[in-house]
Amino acid sequence: MDNIISGFFEAIKLLVNLDPYVMDIISVSMMVSGIALIIASLIGIPLGAFLGLTSFPGKHLVVALLYTGMGFPPVVIGLFVFILFSNVGPLGSLEWLYTTKAMIVAQSFISFPLVAGFTMTAVMGVDKSLLLQLRALGATNRQIIWAIIKEARLGVLVSVIAGFGAIISEVGAVMMVGGNIAGSTRVLTTAIVLETRQGNFGLAISFGLILLTITFIVNFIMLHFQKRKLIGSD
Amino acid sequence: MLKKSLLVLLGLTLILPLLGCESESEVLTLATTTSTEDSGLLDELLPIFEDETGYRVDVIAVGTGQALEIGRSGDADILLVHAKGLEKEFVEDGYGTKRYPVMYNDFVVLGPSKDPAAVLEANNLEKTITEIYETGEKNETSFASRGDKSGTHVKESALWEKFQLDVEAKEWYNSLGQGMGDTLIAANEMNAYSLSDRGTFLSMKDKLKNLDIVFEGDDLLTNPYGIIPVDPDTHENVKYDASKELVEFFTRDDTQKKISEFRVDEYGEPLFFPDAN
Repeated sequence: MDNIISGFFEAIKLLVNLDPYVMDIISVSMMVSGIALIIASLIGIPLGAFLGLTSFPGKHLVVALLYTGMGFPPVVIGLFVFILFSNVGPLGSLEWLYTTKAMIVAQSFISFPLVAGFTMTAVMGVDKSLLLQLRALGATNRQIIWAIIKEARLGVLVSVIAGFGAIISEVGAVMMVGGNIAGSTRVLTTAIVLETRQGNFGLAISFGLILLTITFIVNFIMLHFQKRKLIGSD
Repeated sequence: MLKKSLLVLLGLTLILPLLGCESESEVLTLATTTSTEDSGLLDELLPIFEDETGYRVDVIAVGTGQALEIGRSGDADILLVHAKGLEKEFVEDGYGTKRYPVMYNDFVVLGPSKDPAAVLEANNLEKTITEIYETGEKNETSFASRGDKSGTHVKESALWEKFQLDVEAKEWYNSLGQGMGDTLIAANEMNAYSLSDRGTFLSMKDKLKNLDIVFEGDDLLTNPYGIIPVDPDTHENVKYDASKELVEFFTRDDTQKKISEFRVDEYGEPLFFPDAN
């Protein structure tokens, strides 16, 4: 019990003093997950919108794959990315393994199915009569797509936040492809594993608190937008 | 209604894990280091002890730092670790009853086959470590360190310190904070130098195409293992009688002989040398 209490106080001290080791890890975490999220959104939102709006032969298969991707074990994606960038792998010559680049690739793969899947659901949920009205008013295809994405924007935002929540709290893949190197690829989750292993509970707890705070804020925002969507007051 | 279902849920979360426990034999918890576990030695020896005594030994494999921490908090009954200084402190602070020597192996300096630091020409440890440092400073090579406060990491830090080299926050010095196996895989991928216990390196050698032993055989590189029962005066919940039996088992002649013969036919050399007597 002493461990936990003293750890908690140490955590507060580290955060208040903006401890450089801690700040460094927070910034790497935010940088890697942030860039991965941008990549995942650039791929995921158009893909989700496309799947939500059109039907084509084989769409079922694509959607099934996407749903599989949404529940894909991150550690398996980590394994694939590791093999891809390994010395003996097809992209070994890039020398990306054990750098933040490989981590960003892995996190993009983990989060883009979530972004695409939630976006698709949001687009599908747009009232079909809107489509008919727009057609009747003589809107072009491009205008129609834009109008529908605007209509579904809250759902799209939720998809992005869900993607972020998944990767900021992921540990297996980033440990594998990033290597948890101090000062370059160490992020919040891998730091928690390491500090706990070493018995540095104070540091581990402070990283845990930061991670909890970040995920709480993210989920709070998500809930806020979902509520607005339910009430429909936008 | 809601309250009731919550209570039921809470009850279930507390009861269900119990179903997964076997309560037939007494369990002895042994905290040890990842390198001991990775070598496979315990898989060979512990079943013999279990058959003889009827105890079940649960092995928790962590870094030495955490193993000692687990012992300090009384979450393990006995420790098998290799960091002599820290072990002494552990016993002196009243957490362990006594350190019994069990065996030793040694550390080896590993490096890429191309040997950019020209370590292979160095004929002593100081030169080896200094060459790696200076080549790293020229950005011509890198070093992969476990960085997890394990026995191996403590030894490696002591070597830099001994030769008055400061690797803290150097661009070429990668502190991974992971186990020996993960660190070797990383060193192999990065073409980096590293310090490893011989056992883990030999057991993974066929997967480490880019790594060779570039220096070995200095007295400073010996790696003694000790076994320490957690002191029942400090933590009355620990199973001291069972711990004593395990100490007895590890230090007696036939077990010591098994340790010296372990994997010799596979590697052509012993991984561990008996040290109890």
